This record gives sequence, structure tokens and C-alpha cells, in this order.
Amino acid sequence: MKSVVITFPGSNCDRDMHVALTKFGFKNQMVWHNDNELPKSDLVVLPGGFSYGDYLRCGSMASKSKIMQSVINFAKSGGLVMGICNGFQILVESGLVPGVLLRNKYLEFICKNVFVKIDNKDNPYFKNLDKEVFELHIAHNEGNYFCTNDQLKEIQDNNQVAIYYCNDNGKTEEKFNPNGSLKNIAGIFNKEKNVLGMMPHPERMIDQSLSGEDGSLFFKNLINNIK
Amino acid sequence: MEVNEQIALDHGLKKEEYKKICDLLKRIPNLTELGIFSAMWNEHCSYKSSRLHLKKLPTSGKKVIQGPGENAGVIDIEDGDAIVFKIESHNHPSFIEPYQGAATGVGGIMRDVFTMGARPIANLNSIHFGSSQHKKTKNLLRGVVHGIGGYGNCMGVPTIAGQTSFDSSYNGNILVNAMTLGLVKKNKIFYSKAAGLNKPVIYVGSKTGRDGIHGASMASASFDEKIEEKKPTVQVGDPFTEKLLLEACLELMAGDSIIAIQDMGAAGLTSSSIEMASKGNLGIELNLNKVPCRESQMTPYEIMLSESQERMLIVLENGKEDLAKKIFDKWDLDFAVIGKTTNTKNIELYYDEKQVASIPINTLVENSPMYDRKWKKTKLPKKNLIKKEEFKKFKIKEVLNKILSNPNVCSKEWIWQQYDHTVMGDTIQKPGGDSGVVRVHGTDKAVAATVDSSAIYCWAHPLTGGKQVVCESWRNLISVGATPIAITNCLNFGSPEKEENMGEFVECVQGIGEACEYLKFPVVSGNVSFYNQTKEIGIKPTPSIGGVGLIKNYKQMITMDFKEINNLVLIIGKTEGHLDQSLFARNILNEKNGPPPEINLFNEKNNGETVLQLIKDNLIRSAHDVSIGGIITAVSKMCIKGNKGIEFNKPKYFMSETEYLFSEDQGRYVIEIEPKNLKKVENILNKNSVHFDELGKITDKNMIINGKTKVTIDELKSYNTNWLSNYMN
Repeated sequence: MKSVVITFPGSNCDRDMHVALTKFGFKNQMVWHNDNELPKSDLVVLPGGFSYGDYLRCGSMASKSKIMQSVINFAKSGGLVMGICNGFQILVESGLVPGVLLRNKYLEFICKNVFVKIDNKDNPYFKNLDKEVFELHIAHNEGNYFCTNDQLKEIQDNNQVAIYYCNDNGKTEEKFNPNGSLKNIAGIFNKEKNVLGMMPHPERMIDQSLSGEDGSLFFKNLINNIK
Repeated sequence: MEVNEQIALDHGLKKEEYKKICDLLKRIPNLTELGIFSAMWNEHCSYKSSRLHLKKLPTSGKKVIQGPGENAGVIDIEDGDAIVFKIESHNHPSFIEPYQGAATGVGGIMRDVFTMGARPIANLNSIHFGSSQHKKTKNLLRGVVHGIGGYGNCMGVPTIAGQTSFDSSYNGNILVNAMTLGLVKKNKIFYSKAAGLNKPVIYVGSKTGRDGIHGASMASASFDEKIEEKKPTVQVGDPFTEKLLLEACLELMAGDSIIAIQDMGAAGLTSSSIEMASKGNLGIELNLNKVPCRESQMTPYEIMLSESQERMLIVLENGKEDLAKKIFDKWDLDFAVIGKTTNTKNIELYYDEKQVASIPINTLVENSPMYDRKWKKTKLPKKNLIKKEEFKKFKIKEVLNKILSNPNVCSKEWIWQQYDHTVMGDTIQKPGGDSGVVRVHGTDKAVAATVDSSAIYCWAHPLTGGKQVVCESWRNLISVGATPIAITNCLNFGSPEKEENMGEFVECVQGIGEACEYLKFPVVSGNVSFYNQTKEIGIKPTPSIGGVGLIKNYKQMITMDFKEINNLVLIIGKTEGHLDQSLFARNILNEKNGPPPEINLFNEKNNGETVLQLIKDNLIRSAHDVSIGGIITAVSKMCIKGNKGIEFNKPKYFMSETEYLFSEDQGRYVIEIEPKNLKKVENILNKNSVHFDELGKITDKNMIINGKTKVTIDELKSYNTNWLSNYMN
């Protein structure tokens, strides 16, 4: 299985994502933001970081990068595109998934383990996952998901919420929401569910010696689903 | 403008220094030249008050590849790998403008490390604030934490450990010390020594602006009530540009184009160009019209003294200009050939085709002033005689609550949760442990790092305090299973022109030197920050020690959380009941006099090496050093982290329970072992003549002391975890 990780100026989880994809069997290639063409692949990942310093609005400059037109075309043709953290911000800025990501409710960067609930499994990312509550890691300043009421209705009607913040029992109450996200939303799909944006970093949870290993389950499952 | 003595004094130079400049030049300098002298001769760049004493520190050893004198120190971690590391202060700017001051401190130290060819793999920091009651403390703390996070998080370098303290002596002078570790191949280390004639001198990175002019001079003066007016001399950081600069430099360093490279830190273009030429025993010629400037009409004086961030100066091999330019173009960074190396041994500056400065480099470096300042020795204070009956009025549980929630002991999670500590995917011990630990990417090795200081002990008796900080660093490394290798030090003191402050400096350095020598734990880099005082009030002497150690197999790393019920808990090292200068004496008894706990370097080394041996033999499940707050504080933290209880009794010493639990004797560790290994462990401890107490055993949820004091885990947690977040919100 082939994957591509895009490096924008200011990306800083590109290597971590490369390490994770490679560890679980992807043949990964790094692609520079200023390239015109995407190499042929089964998965395109927009990694975390601070693309263009996040100086205008998180992800907004990167969403206008040269390579993004190819990424958008790839997504429109049904290709799998996944954005993690800053990659999620780039996805919302490029209009591939609905909504916006605001500054965290308490106005502070948060780096910690959180529990998330994944019960939406009718999609190429989570199909066949045999549990619902995962411990993943977040590290962001702007992860507070927001959208209009109309958008929210559409998202819910289409079953587009991918991941919710919850506690270790899967309860998705406000008190388990680390950043103020609407409805505890931690990740979201496009309508067709081939594009996934999420704040948590599965690539940081791929080894017992790190914060935990639930990220491994995610990647193992993903590559099996693509095969 | 004609230069005269008054203008020299306004530049922070002393009368006799100005006279020396005129004598060395055999003429009166022009304004640009005077600016260059003032930048090179200030305390921050010239170490004029400290050089004499720093020379006495042990700086070499089997594992030392590069000691002090370069951008950072370098140590060997085997297999062709090396760690580059250094700590640096950014105290003065952080007090004036906490966010930018702290951010550029972090940016500056990372540049020092990647200038040498190393990719930064971990950041640490040591930050000290005034009393929690002081009106400025909260805002300063918030600003500094946001600044450190803002820069480090954007760079994608994990912040893995740190230290935060509160003390009223920092009310008018906070301390912000930032440390970075980088990883490099031993045969790909870059230095700042220029070589060869007519080699192109390249400027890369951000454009030069008017920010930070005279920053280094500001750092060499005391504060007064007009300090807020100095805001314009605080640099402004741009971590995004630094990230690009990092990647571009490492890309260029992969080839063989660079002869020498130096970041533009304090005193900007002035010190970077002069240092490279000086080390290579060469001259350097710069055309200042070629320097990329952010603002129009900048004068040579401003260009030379700007401390704009994210800039580097490189001496390149001839003919490599195009190749280098291509890399910097790719990363959207400025690139300009601004001069060349010469054989004149002068720094010569041109602007609008006119020579605007010409100074022999040796006058700026070798001939810079060096002072043997007067200093006063601190006598060892007399021991307090605390009556044992005094202790009876305290309930252990109430005291424990006060100690665990003390600002200097409580959990600092509110702070480190704002730092990305997991990016790069190799952080195997997060902040909150004895040391932060990161794996050496793609290997079985890991590097442990810690930063420590003990201002109270250093204030009570600088010589003992200096030794103690080094020992604490050593213990923190051992507690995670790392073999200590070397340290970097950031020496924060008051005015060297006051005998008391200078004495504190001299004796702390002596103490540091003695401990480093004995433990074979050399100093490979560092920085001195004097004049940490507002009007007449100086800070408590605060040397921050950044220690680095190696774990050969990262799976043998130890954490402090209690692991398993029924395991045994041992105290390594002898408890003598020393309470003077302890948290208990100062905060509970309100007794601020007396000597700090004594340091016995033989025991320190023996105990530490023995614990390390037990770890290597897989006999230890968890470990934690005993530091402020004594045994009960150390044990409480292990309970909290492991979510376990403990049942223990004071060993039958001739000493009160209070003394046993709260005394701060040195050289001690708490370790957890499995009952089946007790004999083996005892044998090793006895063979090495290490004193130990069998304290008790791990239980499921309560701490029970001598069968009568009971504290639940939830109580321990609430004592320890709430203070800081409540304070900040």
C-alpha cells in the first residue's frame, strides 16, 4: 500500500507520520508543498505542525499551496485523504470537510492523552475496528470545532462525525471535552467519508514506551481496510 | 556624531574601559566602533567578571567532544552519535516582556544547538518567579509559559522537563533559563572557527530590523523604575522562520559547503562575525549595504547591533554560493553574500563604499577587560537548636498537606500541559518525573535530561549549595536509570560589583567545580547572568544545572510511580534528621536560619552508582530521589503517580518521626523492589557499604504511617495537584 505525506513549510509531525505509516506497512513518500503532482498512492496525509507559522489563520495559507489542488482533485475522485491536527485545519480551510477550528476554550495549548469514542464504522478508516473507546494524544491550540446549526444538522444527518471526546467509559459529556468543541467533536468526515480530519495524533501512540498503543490499532486496521 | 567619554558611559562602558579603547586604537573610535566595543565588552559577551573563576571548572573527560567556548558543548553517546547541549538565560527581557522574552530565549538556545549541525530533540527550562502573592507573578508566569510553548511547540521540539520555583527574591527579577539537546553524528559537527582567505561570508535567515539593539548591554545592567522603557530592546521571535532556518541549515550541512557557522545571538552580526574571525585568527570584511534589512535607512551602527532573531552567519567554501542559495530559496529565506575573510586580522566594515569601521579583532576579544572582583566569603551558619517538643504540636497529615501543596513542590502539570512534550515520537518519560527521557531515534538508546537549582541552599551557604545542585542533577539522572555524563550551567546572580553577590558567585562556582570533579560530571557549556537585581535588591544565588545522561537500553528506564502491591520500599542513604533550610523548617516552623544539608561526595557517588547497578541488574521497579520535603514528600509523589498506597514505620532511629519524614539530608533515594529480590538487593547494598532503611510495603490505596496517620491517595492527589491550576484560574 502506498501513502504520501505532504510537507508544508512549518509542518512538524511529517516525520512522525512517516515513521508510523512505514511501521505498519505503508510504502510512504514525502511530497513537498510546492510540487505540482501527487504521486500515485492509496492514502494522502496532511500532517500536524504549524504550516506557514499559522500566522494568518491555522491552515489557511497551506490550503492554497500548489500541491493542494492535486490533493483536492484526489479527494474529489474518491481518494483517501486524512488530516491530523494542523492537517485537519488545512482540510477545513480548503473546504474538504465542513466547519472551522477555533482557539481552545481556555485559550491555552493542550498536550495530553484523551479518550475518544469511535462508533461510526461505516467508512474505510474505522471499518472492522473492534473497540469503541481509544486513548489518543492531543497537542493543539486551535482544536475547538465549530459549525453553524444548519451545517451541524447536515453533518449529523449524514453521519459525518467521526470521533468524539469522551471518558474511559465512552461517555461523551461536556466535562470530558478538552477544548470546547461543539458536541465534543474531535474528528469529522466529508459527506462521502473518504476524507477524515481529526485533532488527535494516532502517530504518537504506536509504541508501548510512548504514551500508549491505541494508535497502532488505528494504523493496522487502516492498512487492512485499504488492502 | 563625535564620540566622547559621556557617550561611552551611556553605552554602559566604564571610564577606564573607554580610555583603554582609545589607547588600543590609538585614536577616538567613531560611533559604530564604540557600539561594537560596548557590545563585545559588556558582561554578557565578555564574561569579564566571571572568566577568572569559570576557568577553574572541570571541563574535560572521556566523553567530552567539545567543552565550553563553542556555541554549545558536545558529548559522546557511542555508536558515532553525539549530543550537543547548552542552557542559556533570558532573564532581563522576560521580565520586561514575558512572552517575547521567553520565546526568544527558547529560539536562541535552539539556534546554538543546530548551528553545530545537531537536530534539536528536546527542550527543558528552569523558570523562577516572585512570591505567589506578588502582583506581577501571575501575569509573568502566564506570559513566560505561553512564550516557551509558543516557540518550542511551533518548532516541533518536545519540551520534556523543567523546574519552576517561587521566591520573593525574584519579585523584581524573574529568571528564564532555556536548555536544548540536539543529536548529531560525531563526524558531522560544525564549529564556528573560520579558515582560509577570501572565503565568502554569507548571511541567511530573517531580515535585520531595529529590534533588540543593545539587548546584550541591557542584560548587563541592573533594573530601575524606568525598566518598562526598555521594551523596544526586547527581540521579537518568529518560530516559523526558525523552523525553516533549521531545516535549511541541516540540508546545507548534509553536504560539504560550510567552513564555519555561527548564529547571530547576543550582539547580533557584531559578535558572530568577530567570533568566527577571531577563532580562525583571520580578518573579516563586511559590506553592510548587502545585509538584508527589514527597515529602510538603517545605519551601520544599527545593522551591527541589531538583535533581530533567526539569523545565521556562514563562511562558505568558494564556489558553493549557488548551491547554498538554492537551498535557502527553497525555504523562502534571505540569502546574501555580505563579505569575505581577509588576512588583516581586522574587522572592516563598508557602507556606501566608505569604510565605516576598522578595528583589530584582538582588541575586541583577547584584550577585552577581565576583572578580579572583590568578593566576600560566606561563613557556614550555626545550626539551629530546634526543641523536639516543638514537633509535637504538628499533625503529620496537616503538615503533609501544606508541603505537598507548597508552590515549590506542587504538581506543575498546568505548565507542562501547555508544552508539546510528545512531538517527534520518542518521548518515553514526560515532564513530572525525575528527568525527561527521549529515545535516540531509531536506536535502543535514550538520553535523559534534567534541570535543577536550589537557591535556598545556595543562599544559606553558596559553597554547599553549589555542590548540592550538581548532586541533585546527578541523582535525577540516576533515578531514571541513566548514567550521568556531563552538565551545562546557567549561573544567575546579582551584581558582581557587590562583594556579597560576587562572593556568592565565586563560592557557588567552587562548589559546582568540586562536585563535578568528584563525580566525573564535567561542565561542557554554560552562561552567566549577572545583574539580576532591581535597585539594591538582588536575587538569591541561583545556578541552574542542566544534566545529561545516557540509557543504553531504553527498556531499562525507570519511572517513579509505584508499580505493584506488596512490593517493598527501601530508602537508600542515611537519614540524619537535618531540618535547617528544609521546607519544613522554613515554611512550617518559620525558621529561616541555619546551614543547608551537608554534602558528602563519597556517599553521593557510592549511593548513586549502587542504585544504578541495581537498575542495570533489573532489581528496581521504581525510583525517586529524596529532595525538598524529605522522605514523605518523595514517597507521596510515588503513591500519586502509581495510584497506590504504602504502609510504613519509621525505622528505630534515635530521632523523631518529624525529623525522619521531613529532613532533607542528601544522597538519598526511594526505591521499590520485589520481595523475592530483597536478599539480592541487601547483599549488593551491604557489599558496597551503602546505608539503607527498609521502609515498608506498597498497598492498594492509603498511606499509613506508624499505624496511626492515614492519608488516602485521593487526599494526596488533591493536596498536590490543585494549587497551581487554582492559582492561575
